[in-house]
Amino acid sequence: MFTMTNLVQPDTVEDAYKILMEKKNNTILGGCAFLRMGSKRIDTGIELSKLNLNQISEDETHIIVGAYTNYRDLETNPLMNKHFCGVIPASVRDIIGVQLRSIVTVGASVFSKYGFSDLIPSLLVLDCEVELFKGGKLKLSEFMDKPYEKDILTRLYLKKSDAKAVYVNLRNSVSDYSILNAAVSKSGSEFIIAVGARPAKAKIAGNASRYLSVSDLSDEAIEKAASLVSEEIGFGSNMRGSEAYRKSLCSALVRKAVKEVLECR
Amino acid sequence: MQINVVINGKSRSFETDNNEFLADTLRKHGFLSIRQACNTSCCGLCTVWLDEKPVLSCSLLSVKADGRKITTIEGLSQEAEEFAKLLMAEGSDQCGFCSPGFIMTVLAMKRELQNPTEEEILHYLTGNLCRCTGYMGQLRAVKNYLGVK
Repeated sequence: MFTMTNLVQPDTVEDAYKILMEKKNNTILGGCAFLRMGSKRIDTGIELSKLNLNQISEDETHIIVGAYTNYRDLETNPLMNKHFCGVIPASVRDIIGVQLRSIVTVGASVFSKYGFSDLIPSLLVLDCEVELFKGGKLKLSEFMDKPYEKDILTRLYLKKSDAKAVYVNLRNSVSDYSILNAAVSKSGSEFIIAVGARPAKAKIAGNASRYLSVSDLSDEAIEKAASLVSEEIGFGSNMRGSEAYRKSLCSALVRKAVKEVLECR
Repeated sequence: MQINVVINGKSRSFETDNNEFLADTLRKHGFLSIRQACNTSCCGLCTVWLDEKPVLSCSLLSVKADGRKITTIEGLSQEAEEFAKLLMAEGSDQCGFCSPGFIMTVLAMKRELQNPTEEEILHYLTGNLCRCTGYMGQLRAVKNYLGVK
């Protein structure tokens, strides 16, 4: 069980950031469902409920998701179901149960770059930017590659487009963590393929995505793209699956996702 | 720290520790319908409503409930009794340990889903585990309660 000496609920992001930087062990609290299973020692826990970051909104060009939005809101929000073939709701709908999804926050999953995340691969294949209080806006893919640095994730910006996207995974049981998951998007002729739960953090398969984007999309081309993903993305082993199993599984999942995204309307 | 909540329609203030979870806070103050089993966010036994939405009270820091509306099964006794009778009629009430959390989720589902399909019912109830019944009796009871085939 984690321990927390102090707990604050700041009224502004500026105050939250100031407190965060005061001590090494000061930490932003997300939904805390995962935190409770660890033994982290927190000096001051910074709880962001009062910052109104739990909204999903839109402007002319983007869908804006507050970092304190919970997964259940992502799953049921009409905007999320309307855009990108509903890939975001599809990626979170099988995480444990309704009650947990009402607690888990988008910001905690994305900022922590959880390897087991079902959400991150789907965000990676869309045109998604993260907004950090100090670091400003940057593409999610760049953020995923950066080393950890203290900051506060405030919002995600999903650029509206005609992109179609699909999320697929394999689990031992329906509400378990994914053994492996993948997302594929198609915008015009451009494809983006991302794989997560490797079990390391999710990653875009750049070579395979480029190959598929210029291919004739025949069965052979899809097969080759799926093989390329398996070759360029590294895998590891954990209690849910071995490296070799994940590598074999990856081709099948990506092939399935590509075929599904081609049928997406 | 002190949190102020409206619980089952009444305003209450509770003293909580920084790393205390809502299930512990509520049980400490007499809401003993809330059961705790897994404490790893898996079983759904500790389900309460926060602003009318079902949440796992074992995984929700008490401070997150500050200023919000909590509903436990004690606040829904009439509806809960109505559904519990259907559970008994289907022989799916065996040890009863999971029943309060399960009933809270079913009552939330009734408010949220209009005329759900069997698939939607099963998906909504995924987060509630029962080690006794095998779920089929529960499913029949839920369908009877919701008036769906």
